[in-house]
Amino acid sequence: MKKLGRVYTVVIYLFLYIPMIVLIVASFNTGKDLTTFDGFTLQRYAELFRDRTLLPLLGNSVLIAVLSSVIATVLGTAAALGIHSMRGRIRSVVMSVTTVPLMNPEIVTGVSLALLFVFVGVVLKVNSILGFVTLLIAHITFNLPYVILSVMPKLTQMDPHLREAALDLGCTPVQAFFKVVIHEILPGIFSGAIMAFTMSLDDFVISYFVYGPNFVTLPVEIYNYVKKPLQPKIYALFTLLFLMILSVMVLMNLMQMRDEKRRKLQRPE
Amino acid sequence: MRNKLLSAPYLVWMAMFTIVPLCVVVYFAFTSSATGAFTLDNILQIATYTPIFLRSIGYAIAATLICLLLGYPVAYVIAQARPGAQRFLYMLIMLPMCMSFLLRTLAWVSLLQDTGIINNLLGHFGIGPLPLIRNAGAVVAGMVYNYLPYMIMPLYTVIMKIDHSLIEAAEDLGCNGRQVFSRVVFPLSLPGIISGITMVFVPAVSTFYISQKLGSTSTTMIGDVIESQFKAAYNPNLGAAMSLVLMVLIFLSIGIMNRFAGADEDEVITV
Repeated sequence: MKKLGRVYTVVIYLFLYIPMIVLIVASFNTGKDLTTFDGFTLQRYAELFRDRTLLPLLGNSVLIAVLSSVIATVLGTAAALGIHSMRGRIRSVVMSVTTVPLMNPEIVTGVSLALLFVFVGVVLKVNSILGFVTLLIAHITFNLPYVILSVMPKLTQMDPHLREAALDLGCTPVQAFFKVVIHEILPGIFSGAIMAFTMSLDDFVISYFVYGPNFVTLPVEIYNYVKKPLQPKIYALFTLLFLMILSVMVLMNLMQMRDEKRRKLQRPE
Repeated sequence: MRNKLLSAPYLVWMAMFTIVPLCVVVYFAFTSSATGAFTLDNILQIATYTPIFLRSIGYAIAATLICLLLGYPVAYVIAQARPGAQRFLYMLIMLPMCMSFLLRTLAWVSLLQDTGIINNLLGHFGIGPLPLIRNAGAVVAGMVYNYLPYMIMPLYTVIMKIDHSLIEAAEDLGCNGRQVFSRVVFPLSLPGIISGITMVFVPAVSTFYISQKLGSTSTTMIGDVIESQFKAAYNPNLGAAMSLVLMVLIFLSIGIMNRFAGADEDEVITV
């Protein structure tokens, strides 16, 4: 039974990884087609680094992801602190509104923001309102719930007496936050920020509705490639991103593992 | 007390960029694209798209059920693994979610095409070419592939938290393996099942890329129609009406499901 479970799990992991393996193999292919492997080459990587269109688009994606996740983390952490001190009906209303962007299909979020921006554009008589700012606003909006929902549990877990003790010992509320509370909720802030960053970096659906021709992100450009044939150097980019994300994840896991070991040593149970 | 003020910027933000946009959708849905006057035409026109709505819901339900059936054992196996292996396996589930889903779907096209990788392979054994693409099966398979991690993640989180002594107690009290599962593990993992179902169903029912790439004109989904209202046909009012109906349908089904299962909304997302 246990063996069967293992074989099954391997099959599912293969199902999840085969398409990515296809793309990685394609990045070393001399031919342009995904289906046939004509020969090994590193040409695609050379093309990628000489490229003047793809890399700036990746830069745009990273810029939006960094800005939106940082802003969402600050706004979201403050919001979580505020919501944490709310009680009863107000709290549940605010929490329901927070989950709206998560429950709402992405296409509806995208459409609703696009309509809002166009509407505002008409009112302000601006022709091309869609661009960097609208993308940033949209990304912050869908990132906020991730931050709040990963900070909130940490606040609930935290011993409320810690903050009270800090206040009794003469800390101002601001000091109490930076000296005590933030250390307790930091893992939540951190995982919220990481999640926001990755969601933003790879977002296509919402971006597709609120981007403007002056500021395009990589996923949107890949979609627009539907009309033109895909350049093979994009597979090289995919492979590099895959390796980067894989190593970041492995690193984070190792750090977490070391952290947990240290904690176990500190508090032997 | 002053703490509450900290959430003020966020509340203003959400009002401006979540609630107001939804009001704008309602406004567009009930106004005419030509004159801007109040009309019910857009909503009434949706009746002609009923088959597409039903098709989208059908595909999404199929994909969600398959994800649940495929994903549950995986989540269970991961939760039973040694702590180090657990972390590694979980990471490998999350990794595909960080990679471009557009490119991964294109890779599926190359696998399933008539002259694709799978049919080429089968050709060596004298089989095929099989019609693997441009049909409903391919669209559902594409959804399962894309959203399976969203099912496994919440399932793993709840199964991992199940107190092992409960399982032992059930065994001591004479439950066999199947009974332990149906009476202890399964009921305790219900919150994970509910959030897994939501996390797969919502993106699946509203997708607009998968069906374009893996399907044909007879597998068009509501997401495709909405997209074309904004990007091709340019009738944002009709598109807004469709979005509104889609959203109401989804909120109703989530609401009904949560009522039945008594799910806790604080635990919808778990990292």
